Amino acid sequence: MENFTPVSAFLGGCLIGLSAILLLLYNGRTAGISGIMNGIFLSPGHEQRWRLTFLIGLILGAVIFQQIVPDFIQFRSDYPLALVAIGGFLVGVGTRLSSGCTSGHGICGIANLSRRSIIATLCFMASGFITVFIIKHVLYLI
Amino acid sequence: MNKLLVALISGIIFGLGLSLSQMVDPNKVLGFLDIAGDWNPSLAFVMAGALAVAMPGFYWIKKRQRPIFEDGFHLSHKKQIDKPLVLGAIIFGIGWGLSGYCPGPAVAGIGFGNGEALVMVLAIYAGFFAERFIAKK
Repeated sequence: MENFTPVSAFLGGCLIGLSAILLLLYNGRTAGISGIMNGIFLSPGHEQRWRLTFLIGLILGAVIFQQIVPDFIQFRSDYPLALVAIGGFLVGVGTRLSSGCTSGHGICGIANLSRRSIIATLCFMASGFITVFIIKHVLYLI
Repeated sequence: MNKLLVALISGIIFGLGLSLSQMVDPNKVLGFLDIAGDWNPSLAFVMAGALAVAMPGFYWIKKRQRPIFEDGFHLSHKKQIDKPLVLGAIIFGIGWGLSGYCPGPAVAGIGFGNGEALVMVLAIYAGFFAERFIAKK
């Protein structure tokens, strides 16, 4: 196994948890990214403004990180873009239907001890494992 | 103003966390989802770290009457395990497995100048609008 990085993964996870705590403690909001993304085209006025501000922060965080640790991540360049586009579309449809994604259900929902979120997380983990198995080891698409 | 500042800082910390943990790297995500191949369990530690902080944090915050800058908490009170929840999560997982991106890393990936991430974000929005269109029918 190459590239096993449990320490940085755990510490990065702690930062994500800290971010979720701040947003809940001060603004009473859940740090669910799909809901925040969806909300910038839904709720008018201030509800849109904080969501847009959060997303700008999310991008800024990545920019700042890259300034501090350049070349930490080498992005792939040979992946079929069609899989990204189809995948993105399904992520959009699926997260709206189930009202959450990895952050909303997987982190905030589970931290909130929501049974719905635990079930959703088990479902998307399972279908993610099965999907990668099929496209990689059955269809050899990647 | 205060609320926007918190949203900005919270967003930045989230972006730093996704970067440090390498959740923004779709190869790493696919390595985690590829249990039958050269499985890389690193990303399980992201969730462990996030929950180690958020779980006690949420427990403590919910003891408060209200958040600091708002009159009440905006948490979901839905309890029912229904078909949209399960079906939607399964569809989301398929999209996650096909692409290697979930919504947070797709947005943060734009900050790395990763073109794929921009395609991903646009496709996610296409999915949002399609779902709304279907839901209206």
